[in-house]
Amino acid sequence: MSEQQLSARQAQLEQMVHDLLKEARQQGASAAEAAVSNDSGLSINVRKGEVETIEHTRDQGLGITVYFGQRKGTASTSDFKPEAIRDTVRAACNIARFTNDDPCSGLADADRMATETPDLDLYHPWDITPEEAIELGRRCESAALELDSRISNTEGASVNSHGGLHVYGNSHGFVGGYPSSRHSLSCSVIGQQNGSMQRDYWYTVSRDAGQLESEFEVGRKAGERTLARLGARKLGTRQAPIIFRADIAGSLLRSLISAISGSSLYRKASFLLDQLGQPIFPAHVQIQEHPRIPGGLGSAAFDSEGVATYDKRIIQDGVLQTYLLSSYSARKLGLQSTANAGGVHNLSITPGEHDLDGMLREMGSGLLVTEMMGHGVNMVTGDYSRGAAGFWVEQGEIQFPVEEITIAGNLKQMFAQLQAVGRDEERRSSIRTGSLLIEQMTIAGE
Amino acid sequence: MPNAIEIAHNTLLAPASLSDSDLDRVMDQLLTSQIDAADIYFQASRLESWVLEDGIIRDGNYNIEQGVGVRAISGEKTGFAYTDEIALPSLLEAGRTARAIARAGSQGNTRLSRTAPTQQFYAPLNPLESMTEEEKIGLLRKLDAEARRQDPRVQQVIASLVAAHDVVLVAASDGTLCGDVRPLVRCNVHVIVEADGRREQGSSGGGARESFQFFVDEERALGYAREAVRQALVNLEAEDAPAGSMTVVLGSGWPGILLHEAIGHGLEGDFNRKGTSAFSGRIGEKVAADGCTVVDDGTLPGRRGSLNMDDEGTPSQCTVLIEDGRLKGYMQDKHNAHLMGGHSTGNGRRESYAHLPMPRMTNTYMLPGQHDPGEIIASVKRGLYAVNFGGGQVDITSGKFVFSASEAYLIENGKVTRPVRGATLIGSGPEVLTRVSMIGNDLELDAGVGTCGKDGQSVPVGVGQPTLKIDNLTVGGTSA
Repeated sequence: MSEQQLSARQAQLEQMVHDLLKEARQQGASAAEAAVSNDSGLSINVRKGEVETIEHTRDQGLGITVYFGQRKGTASTSDFKPEAIRDTVRAACNIARFTNDDPCSGLADADRMATETPDLDLYHPWDITPEEAIELGRRCESAALELDSRISNTEGASVNSHGGLHVYGNSHGFVGGYPSSRHSLSCSVIGQQNGSMQRDYWYTVSRDAGQLESEFEVGRKAGERTLARLGARKLGTRQAPIIFRADIAGSLLRSLISAISGSSLYRKASFLLDQLGQPIFPAHVQIQEHPRIPGGLGSAAFDSEGVATYDKRIIQDGVLQTYLLSSYSARKLGLQSTANAGGVHNLSITPGEHDLDGMLREMGSGLLVTEMMGHGVNMVTGDYSRGAAGFWVEQGEIQFPVEEITIAGNLKQMFAQLQAVGRDEERRSSIRTGSLLIEQMTIAGE
Repeated sequence: MPNAIEIAHNTLLAPASLSDSDLDRVMDQLLTSQIDAADIYFQASRLESWVLEDGIIRDGNYNIEQGVGVRAISGEKTGFAYTDEIALPSLLEAGRTARAIARAGSQGNTRLSRTAPTQQFYAPLNPLESMTEEEKIGLLRKLDAEARRQDPRVQQVIASLVAAHDVVLVAASDGTLCGDVRPLVRCNVHVIVEADGRREQGSSGGGARESFQFFVDEERALGYAREAVRQALVNLEAEDAPAGSMTVVLGSGWPGILLHEAIGHGLEGDFNRKGTSAFSGRIGEKVAADGCTVVDDGTLPGRRGSLNMDDEGTPSQCTVLIEDGRLKGYMQDKHNAHLMGGHSTGNGRRESYAHLPMPRMTNTYMLPGQHDPGEIIASVKRGLYAVNFGGGQVDITSGKFVFSASEAYLIENGKVTRPVRGATLIGSGPEVLTRVSMIGNDLELDAGVGTCGKDGQSVPVGVGQPTLKIDNLTVGGTSA
């Protein structure tokens, strides 16, 4: 879309938000909020040098929440016709007839609304034709296939390019919107050795296609990662230190985010209740949120309630500084919104001094985890037990690949035992972290 | 009551003034290039959900979705486009985009013929209208009261009620023109209990392709509330789970998630066509112990994973995957079956019109064996008895799979003794069923709660099994 088309489309979506809010008022709502989005994109997959799928995506959706005093109802649709909009508002109002008065419900406070929408450099359309995307995918996949004769099969390479607009508004008079884009290239190949197969992948993602890693780099890394897994074996059951490699370590921080999110706290469904001001990590750990990083994968000027985002320290010197709250969960807890309705925007843990090799040396002997499987995390108790694959390490050197093992512990203890953070920061996510070394966990295997 | 194809026609085509001959026209346009096969998938769905929390009806949501997806296939290539607007011009445009996968070719000449449904495993009803709003929220309140009545240690109750009404119509270049009306209801109760500063959770629920009456019948929903509290209280007493390889006895019903992860995904046609599954090329081989027979059955009346027809219009069937320990067959959609020289098994499913179909499971379960469950427990000197599970996951290429127990007990000297904390179990798909040493006579299907994810697409599924004894499975506890 050209700049001009884009701003015309944004104006249309803003008008829809106004129409939705007006319709809600006419149907008797005392307050309302609405969000409208419109995305389009291209996804292609190439396998064994041939195009496998070409998908043209075009998604649109609108959602409305109405309040009748303290009662609320929500409805959503993908249908943008005027009568569908009326029906959707009517459906939300009908829901609100049956929900109960909830003293904590309502819009976020008016004085917290974002007053400007700074350009966060989130929209870089990629002018790529399906033919060019296919060629890019081919080159990427062959870089992996040509690496080694043990690369025996492939799931192919994928090119994805998506862009769109998102507009949010509410009856405080706030209406804000912005365009954003997201492009990625990925490759997944299969290696074979002694009759058993292993698969691994690599990907690159950015809001600006010019910032993507080269297709050759992506293919090569996918191939190397697959080769490294060949010949994996089980381990005997034991206690050992564990490094979560940077590309999967973000999952530990996601557990932290979930545990300090208002919705888990007011439900008492978190293992980190009443921990504000308490040390939950060792003193070297610093975790912060920077929601307005230009071009950031998680950047946003306002949260999903229109509240202006701001930089904040979450963990300072190991101590929990703030919960992550929407206006609803804040009211439930007697606190203020932290502009985290809808989640976090660019969370990062400050990198330490060592790269991955240095981390392995610091660990000495233990397990480097490179893949986790399953959902064995109990957020109420912090009990943690997941399938894993990776590499056994002795004296700081990788010895052999391992698979079909589990790693188990308790998140509260794991956080307290976070011995070191790597400087090998993973930047392909809105959660940035280096590799994380945990003093000790239980490995179950043979 | 009108049949599914009439309802689908009236819901999807009539409002847009689309006739069968318009569909012929779109299909002909699709087939004007080197296209081997094409289909058009119309869908309109309504979803309603209600949530009770802290004793009040806190939230309700109503979602309206509709659209049409157009797919064109040329050899192994697939072109796909969709639109939210059901109207001839946008349909033709989506068709032009999808068929760009192949160029230049012959003139198509399709005549679609409406097929009346040949089988009906659920009624074409609208579950959203099967209760008044007052009755729906009344039911949620009863669940809250029932859960709190069980035990004073219950601190929090979250109960939800969801209904979906999904109307689909499929037109395909092989002449298929058929429709389906798919009701789906789901109820869940989640509780948090607290005693002496220790907190635990429990969760239970069920669902079916039925009206909301399903939850009233046999006091099913009240049963979920009681069961959620029972599980949470058991977990309050749980000790650290053992770590290492040991004998595991899996309870009947929902633990059948083992079969879904360890066997099911690896037997989906697409992975086997591409040779990326640990089961590729192994038809006829012994992959399970004698007596193990596993099927995927979309024809069970009213079940969550059942379908009258799949999303390509193929009637659902019961497919034998493993017969008495030998690998018998794969689950196929039309595209992969065609490329492998076989027939679709009615497993072509898609999350919605905006997603491409692929081979997916329906209800996957193992047939019962000879043993009394008590006899199975009594045969174990030391092991784990796992009766409830959270989710699972599989790497189909290496064959490694996990599934996470949420309620488990130690077996000591043939007796179920103490509850242990949740733990993930890990194994290898092609090996695990070879270690089945006893099969119970108590086949049970799950309560209707399963959702399967693949390539970012979610579809409702069912699982089931009798009590199973597995020699040597790795248990991921902390107590080494």
